[in-house]
Amino acid sequence: MAPALVWLTALMVVPCALLLALAFFRRGIYGGIEYTLTLENLALVFDPLYAGIFLKSATIAGTATLIAVVLGYAAAYAIASMPRRHQPMLLFLAVLPFWSNYLVRTYAWIVLLNREGLVTLLARSLGYEGEMPRLLYTESAVVIGLVYNYLPFVILACYAPLSRMNPELTEASRDLGASAWTTFRRVTLPQSVPGIVAGAVFVFVLSIGNFVTPALLGGGQFQMIGNLIYAQFLTANDWPFGAALSMVLIAIMMLLLFAQTYAGDRASGANGARR
Amino acid sequence: MTQSRLELRLMLLILSAVFAFLYIPISVLFALSFNEGGLPTAWTGFSTKWYGELLRNDDILGAARNTLVVALVSTAVATVLGTLLAIGVEIRRRKGRVLETVIFAPMIIPDIVLAIALLSMFSLIGVRMGLQTIIVSHVVFNLAFVCAVVRARLRNFDWSIVEASADLGASALTTLRRVIVPALLPAIIAGALLAFTLSVDEFIIAFFTAGAGRSSITLPMQIFAMIRFGVTPEINALATIVMSVSFIALALAQRVNRGALPGQ
Repeated sequence: MAPALVWLTALMVVPCALLLALAFFRRGIYGGIEYTLTLENLALVFDPLYAGIFLKSATIAGTATLIAVVLGYAAAYAIASMPRRHQPMLLFLAVLPFWSNYLVRTYAWIVLLNREGLVTLLARSLGYEGEMPRLLYTESAVVIGLVYNYLPFVILACYAPLSRMNPELTEASRDLGASAWTTFRRVTLPQSVPGIVAGAVFVFVLSIGNFVTPALLGGGQFQMIGNLIYAQFLTANDWPFGAALSMVLIAIMMLLLFAQTYAGDRASGANGARR
Repeated sequence: MTQSRLELRLMLLILSAVFAFLYIPISVLFALSFNEGGLPTAWTGFSTKWYGELLRNDDILGAARNTLVVALVSTAVATVLGTLLAIGVEIRRRKGRVLETVIFAPMIIPDIVLAIALLSMFSLIGVRMGLQTIIVSHVVFNLAFVCAVVRARLRNFDWSIVEASADLGASALTTLRRVIVPALLPAIIAGALLAFTLSVDEFIIAFFTAGAGRSSITLPMQIFAMIRFGVTPEINALATIVMSVSFIALALAQRVNRGALPGQ
């Protein structure tokens, strides 16, 4: 195991530590790095201009997360209620798109949403004559792209607790006179919390730092943090600021992962107490 | 789960809707790649001419060659390292939190962060960037995935056969080669196939660690550049090929190592 750990240390731990250090240095006049310690970069992240971009990214990521969790949970619930022998295949089919190329999956939506795209053609063939609203290069297009790309993972995450659930619990609830809805709300849903939280954290973290989807489906109409980081490294040449931005991204990610562990512990603790 | 007919119908409706959402966009690409006219506006007949166009495009062929080199080399290295890492971690039994975090981290760090971290390091220590830097970078996440798949298999591994092998006088290396590796082979092959698809599809890290110039452009980088110019029939054909490679590799991985892919 030593060679693997050396590899991970040299090409992951060290670069990330370096990036962290970079966040505290000053940008040189000609785009280089000046080795004087400063907190300017981190302060700049909270400048209204950039804080606005963070807020926008969080809103888009949050919307995508909400939609993906609702759709993904419904799909996972439906798969879990099918006959047991069909479930592995259904799950495999639900996850399969997730393993295809991210760019290709995003490109598919350009084909569907562009001005001469299939959605427009479909609307025309259904007799819609008026002006079509712009579909591509909008925030909605970015949200659709994110939901589409990460939905399979949410299905997988939500399916895990649902498939482990003891069917006798729901039966008992129904026998005791609870309606289907009450049973779902009071028995099934609470037990699904760990899966829902895991799926939500995953979608949010990957969405808020995403750079491909806003670049392709947002068409450069607006920036998200990922694009901002990209620009610092490849066009604006302000590496320390780019490093500071990614540190904030990592901080958000770690915060959510801790929250997830905490929620998971609490949920299992609560279930244990009830049993 | 017990349910009424109505509930069953509702569930089937939800499933069809979600599967339609997941599969219609990629099916459209697939269909359009065989459309003679190349435009989504009208079906003008079945043709494989756009695939022929790809074969005449030197940029795409070069990118495909680069992608293959990167994926094959990084998968080979990652498979060996990832498998040894998995065995090492499971033999020890004593699992530290730091160790677990380091092994798990490549799977959850946002790509863009790892990409710029690697770019910063490579340029700071003055490494010339090209295919070689993409390869060593891809090994990072590939070995994490191989390790995860192999560890899943090791969880139901019967360690007594290792002791038996040692008792019969086999050296540690012989035991590894003749006992442990054969028992783990399905998981190792599945892990390698997953690593291969991940590497073929990976865009962001390759983009940042490829250095300047056209010589180290990979297929995803080529696709990204083409997409920015708009929808063309060549991209549809290329996208269909790339997608098929991933699906075939994943189906194979699923077959050799039933139900033991990460997360399942």
